Amino acid sequence: MHTKTLIELAQGLRSGEFSSVELTQIFLNRIKQHQHLNAYITVTEEAALQNAKAADVRLANGKAELLTGIPIAQKDIFCTLDVKTTCGSKMLDNFTAPYNATIVEKFNQAGAVMLGKLNMDEFAMGSSNETSYYGVVKNPWNTHTVPGGSSGGSAAAVAARLAVCATGTDTGGSIRQPAALCGITGLKPTYGRVSRYGMIAYASSLDQGGPMTHSAEDAAILLQTMAGFDEKDSTSVDCPVPDYRAGLNNSLAGLKIGLPKEFFGNGLSSNMAATLETAINEYRKLGAEIKEISMPNLKLAIPAYYVIAPAECSANLSRFDGVRYGYRCENPVDLTDLYTRSRGEGFGKEVKRRILMGTYALSAGYYDAYYIKAQKIRRLISEDFKNALAKVDVIMGPVTPTTAFGIGEKIGNPIEMYLSDIYTIAINLAGVPAMSIPAGFVAGMPVGLQIIGNYFAEDSLLNIAYQYQQVTDWHQHTPKGFE
Amino acid sequence: MEWETVIGLEIHTQLATKSKIFSGASTAYGAEPNTQACAVDLGLPGVLPVLNEEAVHKAVIFGMAIEAEIAPYSVFARKNYFYPDLPKGYQISQMELPIVGNGHLDIEVDGIMKRIGITRAHLEEDAGKSLHEDFHGLTGIDLNRAGTPLLEIVSEPDMRSAKEAVAYMKKLHELVRYLDICDGNMQEGSFRCDANVSVRPKGQKKYGTRAEIKNINSFKFVEKAINHEIERQIELIENGGRVIQETRLYDSVKDETRSMRSKEEANDYRYFPDPDLLPVLISEDYKTVVKAQLPELPQAKKHRFKDQYALDEENAAILTYSCQMADYFERVLKESGCEAKLCVNWITGELSAALNKAGLEIMDSPVGSERLAGLLARIRDNTISGKIAKQVFEEMWQSTATADEIIAAKGLKQITDTGAIEAIIDKIIADNPGQVEQYRSGKDKVFAFFVGQVMKEMQGKANPAEVNKMLKVKLNQ
Repeated sequence: MHTKTLIELAQGLRSGEFSSVELTQIFLNRIKQHQHLNAYITVTEEAALQNAKAADVRLANGKAELLTGIPIAQKDIFCTLDVKTTCGSKMLDNFTAPYNATIVEKFNQAGAVMLGKLNMDEFAMGSSNETSYYGVVKNPWNTHTVPGGSSGGSAAAVAARLAVCATGTDTGGSIRQPAALCGITGLKPTYGRVSRYGMIAYASSLDQGGPMTHSAEDAAILLQTMAGFDEKDSTSVDCPVPDYRAGLNNSLAGLKIGLPKEFFGNGLSSNMAATLETAINEYRKLGAEIKEISMPNLKLAIPAYYVIAPAECSANLSRFDGVRYGYRCENPVDLTDLYTRSRGEGFGKEVKRRILMGTYALSAGYYDAYYIKAQKIRRLISEDFKNALAKVDVIMGPVTPTTAFGIGEKIGNPIEMYLSDIYTIAINLAGVPAMSIPAGFVAGMPVGLQIIGNYFAEDSLLNIAYQYQQVTDWHQHTPKGFE
Repeated sequence: MEWETVIGLEIHTQLATKSKIFSGASTAYGAEPNTQACAVDLGLPGVLPVLNEEAVHKAVIFGMAIEAEIAPYSVFARKNYFYPDLPKGYQISQMELPIVGNGHLDIEVDGIMKRIGITRAHLEEDAGKSLHEDFHGLTGIDLNRAGTPLLEIVSEPDMRSAKEAVAYMKKLHELVRYLDICDGNMQEGSFRCDANVSVRPKGQKKYGTRAEIKNINSFKFVEKAINHEIERQIELIENGGRVIQETRLYDSVKDETRSMRSKEEANDYRYFPDPDLLPVLISEDYKTVVKAQLPELPQAKKHRFKDQYALDEENAAILTYSCQMADYFERVLKESGCEAKLCVNWITGELSAALNKAGLEIMDSPVGSERLAGLLARIRDNTISGKIAKQVFEEMWQSTATADEIIAAKGLKQITDTGAIEAIIDKIIADNPGQVEQYRSGKDKVFAFFVGQVMKEMQGKANPAEVNKMLKVKLNQ
């Protein structure tokens, strides 16, 4: 039952084939059985069964929505009322929010059953899930490799069928990269499409929540619930939310796909390139036209990102000071001691590194050279996307340079780790939406294809992904031991 | 050597909005600690600020009133520093692109008008309060004030004396109350001042090094603190020392300023645009609407009062000190049908004295404009004398009765029956032959004695004009 798609499960619940309580119990059992993956930080078993019971009543009354009774899991970056929200950090190991994030509230309203909170890189800073205070998550395709990050717990949980679907957040690739490495479907919406209220901020101008699922159709269903203007988030955009499932069957004949030559250069392994070539050929067969394009400023994305994101995070994380909530050092002797030890002991290495980088970039005398310069580059990169998307309908490329790397392989070398997001970061700087979909395997490990669209063109991305998934079955593979 | 003082002021005005600048929590003063701080004010993880439109509206009103440039595009920035009563570790403020640009305010000192430039005014959130008493060596934090909207108004270094600085501050205080954008309550910290003070040899163009005196919360202290600082700086330089750029704190008990931190120790606030908030766009249409709604400003109102009601400078100034005072006066004038002079005398005399004694503002006066107008109308139509009116006023202060009700109940109606007055006058003249003799032999002063006797006999209820007239006739017979 755990390998069924969301739609199949929703139908099963409606037909009475099984109840939400039964379904929820199956997933709770699987979570226990596969604890070694370390995908969950918190499992809310009792509440899940209670909510499943309520969902069954709602199903019986005929008042159910598509997600009613479906077991899902939340990345532990989203605040949940009465359930611990850690953001993968010792700093928040004792923190329970007095409110729900807007998207959590929306899932609750829809009757989805939350199984628990998923592991992640500390404060979403990382590409391997190795910076989590709660330990690394293992990739279900090969437990010696990383699941990617920062939404590593979400990707591993969905891939291993420890939840039907999950939420993730993406600041520089944190949905798409783990989705690619774990062989699932991930969508980073347009900046402003999904409310950030109650989602703990890493880099506010880049952060965006989105769905992590088995298929494009499941992603459409989740996004339908997540998307929309929120008066509590001034950066959420007040524009209509289309019916994401309505356009899934549109034909791709005549679709113009752009392949930026900068995406297929030296950094990409030949095996990866060959796999992506095969995937793109499928689109050719579906009637799409393929064009090579150039986006000359893409190479500047990583340096610009590693100024802007740390600058914003250096301020965003100032609130974790040991004064009002979260970790506080033992017996502080004075205020400075309270601050330095609480933050010094509460934050991990990567978080401290980024706070330091950001503080430096914003300092008097450096601001213009770093922050302002990076913002100018950001504008150039956005222009690249606008120009490209004026010529083609979508852009395609790799999500990652390689398949999942080994646990411990890159954690000692931050620069190398940062380069694993080389194909995803520019998208966040531009604010456009992008997806990662399973497109094959290299040496038994999943490979993701990235589809990048225009602002608020999530419906078209989902349509393009869905059509591919009608003619391929990469998204239906299940890692060994999790069937 | 002759020295010249250069002063610029930064004034924080708390905008009188119902809710905070970035959250829905109440801004009311004096609640139990931490009962008016919501998740956003507490800086909990994941919360986001949403700009209060009313704060923007009030800032634009202010900008219009000082004829400033209103920025079509202004941006909120984060000012980063750690302090326990600053929940997010940064204050949301405006740095490079403030909402209000260049404007000005005219002041008058010793009869001379002077224009003071206003560099800018920007919106920001207030911090909470650290409470160091009552916690046995620990510090308590009250975040009720956190997120209260402030408009920081920065002047040009255009003032040359403490007196000018105070005049500017008073003028600004009057203006923000007129505009109804700030309650002006200085005890509660709704209107706070930082002063930048420097001295230079007279005639020198270059500014001297300035010291900033923080948080001076009364007009009196501003004057004292600045004067003290001027003296300190001159003495320092004349003794061969050098003023260093620093922040100083004024101690009102010791009447001195002392160093808080020097420029070297100053924070690097690492300002950058707040990514959680969108830029504020102000359209020409919006400005037109706000401009049309601006009340008559103090300067204009004072001029009008002088012209229209033939008031002298002093009375015009008193009556236009606040919008409420001016409105009160104009209502009394209209409703009583009296001459302006009578109304002015009563408002600046009896009423002001009573308000002062009770520590009340005009808007809280127990005797409203309608009741005062009712009283003055009875003076006008000779129902009571001015003296009796004071008695009636006292009764009115204690009750809710109208002047007419009190006059009727106490039988205070003035006697205008000439027959009754004549009888009394005849009696007084008969009883005091000596004084009659004195008067008739040319001692005019004795006349007052007769008036007093008649009024006493008639318990003050006789019409004084009538008494005067008839006495003169009788005594001169």
